[in-house]
Formats: sequence, C-alpha cells, structure tokens
Amino acid sequence: MSADARLTGWLAAARAVRGAGPWRAALRRLVADRAALAAALFLLCVATGSLAAPFLPLASPQVMQLGEPRPPRLVPLGDHGWAHRVTLEFELEEALRSREMLARTEQTLVALARRACGAQARVFRRGQREETHGLALVLPYRRDLDPARGSELAARLAQHLAAETVDGKLHLRGGGDVAVRLVGASATDGYGTTSRFDAWLLARRQACFGFWQLGPLLGTDAKGRDLLARLVFGSRISLAVALAGAFVSLFVGVVYGAVSGYAGGKLDERMMRFVDVLYSIPFLFVVIFVITLLDAWQAELAGLGIGRMTAFFLVLGLVTWLTMARVVRGEVRALRQREFVEAARVLGASHARILAVHILPHLLGLVAVYLTLTLPSVMLYEAFLSFLGLGVRAPDVSWGLLAADALEAISPLSITWWLVLGPALFLGSTLLALNVLGDGLRDALDPRLGPAGGAR
Amino acid sequence: MTRFLVRRALWFLLTVWLVVSVSFVLMRAVRGGPFSGERALAPAIEARLAERYHLDWPLWKQYLQYVGPFDWSEHGTGFLGGDGTRPFGGLLALDLGPSFRYRDFTVNDILAQSLPISATLGALALLVALALGVPAGIFSAVKRGSTLDLLVRLAATIGIALPNFVVAGLLLVFFVFQLGLLPPAGWGGLRHLVLPAFVLGLPYAAYVARLVRSGMLEVLSSDFVRTARAKGLPERIVLVRHALRAAILPLVTYLGPATAGILTGSLVVEKIFAIPGTGSHFVNSALNRDYTLAMGVTLVYTVLVYTLNLAVDLAHALLDPRLAPEEGA
Repeated sequence: MSADARLTGWLAAARAVRGAGPWRAALRRLVADRAALAAALFLLCVATGSLAAPFLPLASPQVMQLGEPRPPRLVPLGDHGWAHRVTLEFELEEALRSREMLARTEQTLVALARRACGAQARVFRRGQREETHGLALVLPYRRDLDPARGSELAARLAQHLAAETVDGKLHLRGGGDVAVRLVGASATDGYGTTSRFDAWLLARRQACFGFWQLGPLLGTDAKGRDLLARLVFGSRISLAVALAGAFVSLFVGVVYGAVSGYAGGKLDERMMRFVDVLYSIPFLFVVIFVITLLDAWQAELAGLGIGRMTAFFLVLGLVTWLTMARVVRGEVRALRQREFVEAARVLGASHARILAVHILPHLLGLVAVYLTLTLPSVMLYEAFLSFLGLGVRAPDVSWGLLAADALEAISPLSITWWLVLGPALFLGSTLLALNVLGDGLRDALDPRLGPAGGAR
Repeated sequence: MTRFLVRRALWFLLTVWLVVSVSFVLMRAVRGGPFSGERALAPAIEARLAERYHLDWPLWKQYLQYVGPFDWSEHGTGFLGGDGTRPFGGLLALDLGPSFRYRDFTVNDILAQSLPISATLGALALLVALALGVPAGIFSAVKRGSTLDLLVRLAATIGIALPNFVVAGLLLVFFVFQLGLLPPAGWGGLRHLVLPAFVLGLPYAAYVARLVRSGMLEVLSSDFVRTARAKGLPERIVLVRHALRAAILPLVTYLGPATAGILTGSLVVEKIFAIPGTGSHFVNSALNRDYTLAMGVTLVYTVLVYTLNLAVDLAHALLDPRLAPEEGA
C-alpha cells in the first residue's frame, strides 16, 4: 500500500508541475534580465511615440521662424500659437468699452463662423490691455478651409456677415450692435500630413489638447523649427527605414541560409564561400557607390514602382543579411539531421514543405534575436548615409539628417550645442536599447550562446 | 595551406570581377552621361570630353580599356594600332583611369595623395582602440564585479551603440567650442589628429575592452594561471606574461574586422573634420557623380580589407595551430 501511495503521490506531484515550454522559459529569462526588459519597454515607447507623432502635443516640425536658433527652454504645455490652424481676422471700427459688449461680439462672431464652416472657433483678442480693437477667430486646420487650396472661406464669411449687418453695424445676439469688418482669412498647415491615419490622429489631438502644445523643450534649429518635433517626426522615417531594411535582410538571409544549409554538399560550400567573400567587402563604400548609381537610374526605377526610399532600404537590407544567413545555415544543418525531418522525408514530404513546415518554425527564436541585432546596424547605415547627404533628403527628416544639420549649423559664433545633443540622445538611446534588447533576447532564447556568441 | 590561399584568392577575384563588370555597365548606361550638369555644355566641348574619356567608343571596347591590361587608345600598343607610347593601362595594370571631375588628375594621383593621410588617421585610431581597450579590459576582468568593472562595461556598451558622428558632435561641442582646447577641423599638426583619431577609435576600443575582458575572465580561472600563481610569481607577471598572452587571441581575430571598420568609419570622420583623406574624396565623388573615382576607391578599399582579413586569418593560424585552415576548405 505504501508503495502504491507513494506512486500516486509522485504522480500527483508530477501533474502539479507545470511544464514550461521553451518560449515561456525564454520569456521568464527575458523578464528576469532587467536591462533587457527596460530596453524593450523603452523601445515600445519610442515606437508608439513615433507612430502617434501627430497626436502628441508637439510644435510644428515644418514651420520656420526667423531669427537666431533658440536654446532649450523649460516651457511646459501652453498656448504657443499652434501652427496648424485657420485664422479669421476681424477688426473693430471703434474700441469697445464694455466687457459685456465684447463678449457678445465674440459669441456672435463664433456663431457666424460655425455657420460658415461648421467648426467651433476660439477667440483671441488683439490690442492693448483694455482696448481691444481686433479679434482673431482660430479654427483647427482643415484642408477645405485653406485659402491656399482654393477655399472661398473669406467670401462665404463676408456673405454671412453682410446678412447680419444693418447700416454697417453687426447686429449682436442679446442686443446691441457694433461695427465689425472682416480683414482676412489665412491658414497655416504646419504638419502637412497626407495619410488618412495621420489626419485622424491630428483630429484626435485637436479634440484632446486643443491649441495647447509643448514649448521648445530641446530648442529650435537654425531655421527656427522646433527640434523636439523634428526628432519625433524624424523618428518615423528612421524607424521605418530600419524596419523595412531589417526585414529585407531577414528575408534574404533566412532564404539563403536555409537553402544553403538544407542543400548541403557542394552547393552549401559554394554559397558559404560567397558569403565569406562578401564579408570582406567594405560595405559602406559599396552602398554609397550603388546609391549614386541608383540616383542616376531614378526615373527607370520609378517606372518599376520603386521610389527613392524603397531603393534605399532595399540596398540597406541587401548588405546586412550575411550574419543572418550564416547563423540560419548552421541551425538548419543541425535541424536537418533530426528525426522529425527524417520522418517527414520518409512520409514523402517535398523539400519545400519540409523547409517551410518543419524547419522554419524552429528558426523563429534565432531569427528574432538577429532581427533585433540587424535593426541597429541598418539604422546606423541609414544615419551614416543621411549624414553624408546620400540617404534621406529634405524635406523628409531623419535622425542622421538632423545630426548632419547640427554639425553644419555649429560654429564658434553660435555654439548651438542643443542641436547636437538632441539627435545624439534619440539616436544613441534607441541604438543602445536595441543592442541591449538583442543581447538579452539572445541570452534568454539560447543560454548556451552566451554573451560572446555572434560577436560580429 | 597554399591550396587554401589560392582558392580564396580565386573566389575573391571572381567577386571583384563581377562587381567591376556590373557597376561598369551601370555606370556607362547612366543617362545623360557623367558630364551632364545644370548648365548644358556646348556640343563641341561635349564631343571633346567624350573623346578624351573614350565615351564615343562601343561599350565592349570601353570595358576592355577599363579592365586592361592593354591600352586601346591611339597611344596604346602597336598591335592594336597605336603608337606604343603607353602600351599598358586599365585595372590589370593597376591603372584606375582618369577622374571624371578633377579633370587633370587620374584616380591614381588622387589616391596617392590621400591614402597616406587616411592611413595615418586609421593607424592612430587603431592605436587609440588598443591603448584604451586592452588596459580597460584587463582591469575590468581583474577587478570583476567592482565599480570600475561596471563603469567599463557601461562605457563599452555605450561606445558600441553610439555612431561616431554623434560622438564627434558631442566632443566638438565640448572640447573645441566650450573649452577651445583643440582646432575644430583641418589637417596639419598632431593637434588636428587628436579628436578624429579618438572618435574613430572609440567604438573599437569598446569592442576590444569587451573581448579582452571575456578572454581574461576565461583564462584567469584556468589551471596554468593557478600554477603560475602557486609557484609564487608576482601578480603583474602572471597577468601580463601568462594570462594576457592567452587571452589576446580573440583580439587578433578581431583586428581584421576592426581595421575594415576603421577604414570605413573614416569616411564620416574625415568628412566631419575636413580631413583631405580618401574618405572625403570618396564622399565628394559620390555626391559629384565622379563614377571612376568612386569605383576606384571602392575597389582599392575592398582589396585592402580583403588582404587584411586574409593576413589576420593567417596570423591566427600561426598563433594557434589548432585553428589552421583545413585542407580543401
């Protein structure tokens, strides 16, 4: 009985043990690695911020201001004149003395504007303290209201105004009348977003923050543009190029490595020798050379549906796949010997099926690790090339481009240190986080590799 | 060993030939030609330029002229119909052709002027990398777990992650514009070299420190170090003569990629600090569509880096007989 009881006890204990799959174990190890976890969270923030850039209460990255570049100032959220609005200027013929009359005038005009264009305007008073002699009605920017885009907003508003005007005086709601003249309507489109997603985000931002925005926390550049806004909006291109390039590199590397490792024999040897040779080519030179050639072929490429940016990240992806191919090939060679592959082959599965169904899923962890390690190198290439003036070009913004602008702007006469610091912070912290996360993932997924594995 | 060398050389030649041929075709197929600029040239000038650079020849002849070894022009070898004053030319005769932009210079002239400058900078940067990285790695391994170790590891991680133009910007702001210690740019005395060499060498110093640290950690726990200590050798001798010698092997392997990286990185650093080295010329040639110069520099650097890597592999095999390349590999 005692033996039986012991057996049941063991069985119960065994059942109580929750088996941890390799993924769960890896996740646990990753979470235990505090640096990697922090890096992952940081990257998540960066990615979210970059994706949701139009939603954030940032100044316009495009609108320029004359004058010296301004150093960072700790200006909190405030109404700093949002550069994404439609402004309607009204002039009062005579300064209004009573506050009540002023308030009534404002109300009437806001109602007028709502009828003319269907949006709630905010009123700004123009003039000395008590002497208001002008009113500015400000609406969130809309394309159909932009006079530069052919809107007849001013004419429409003038009509409405005329309809309510008797003897040259506007009849106010709640009694009284006042002489008001429409001076003009203007619009500034400081974000110039084209995609519907961005437009939606901007609308959400208007709903949440109204006209409030952050001050120049990181200063402004030589043309008076807000550096923080440029960095956040620039991150979209930097990250997009890095991601797209890394995926190209992933695709090429995995296919090449898998085919080479699976085929084995002479083909494998030749393919790997080719990789060895490519390893010893100084790629930055080749990439620059290829990009200059691509520039000359721009029209032809455009005909094929490949834009400048597409060509750019294709090239970046095509030079960073080597490590991935090597690692994948090694893993596939090992997997090929395993029993389940043999079983599949005996059952008559085709080579393509074995590769796709039986081998590729096992590469997932490895690929995740090398993807996080390829991302910083593609980003670095992008930054290098943009820095040299061969990558992303104005009016697009990227971190490399901003770093280049900074070094161009700085001189003994105007030591614009903040322009250097901003891109350095953004680029440096992101690259650092990617490196740390990559190392952490590698340790978590395959503790055997150790911190020195894959040193290249 | 010989077979291994020959094989590698053959593979390399094949790759270079492919790269040269493909880019040559692309280069010559560029619409408008290399001389089309903002302002249209007079037809007579254009014809003269085409004649001077042999752009009026059929493509196959231009290709043969570029690759060599015979000069096909009227000054070329007698049996091709020339007068024989300049029989050899082209890549096979180590002639990279004329520059398209600097019209009075050949690519060889430009390289002869600028390569020594880049080489000096690169050598200094490598020196910085070793001089900073090796001691940092040793100290950090010996004092494992101390604050110093932590600092070194942190600095190494940051040093690897930060791109060199960012480091350059920060250092420029601090040392040049705030303190006024060093000149901002240019080429001249040793003072001009301090910042560029440091900026260029820094990421590699970080890597070297990491490599030396992990190598030392491994070696320090091995038996022969314990023996050395047991027989009463001073710690300094144990570290330098016994441990370091064994721990340095991965470093030798890394020197190949490091040199390649320093050569490549000098592109950006030369541009920032306005150093008239090959890197600056290369970037300018790329921006100016000076295809022959761009291609010449790419080729020279490729060969250089490849040779270096090969040399490192051989050195490695000599230092550690276990790693000798297998026959037939």
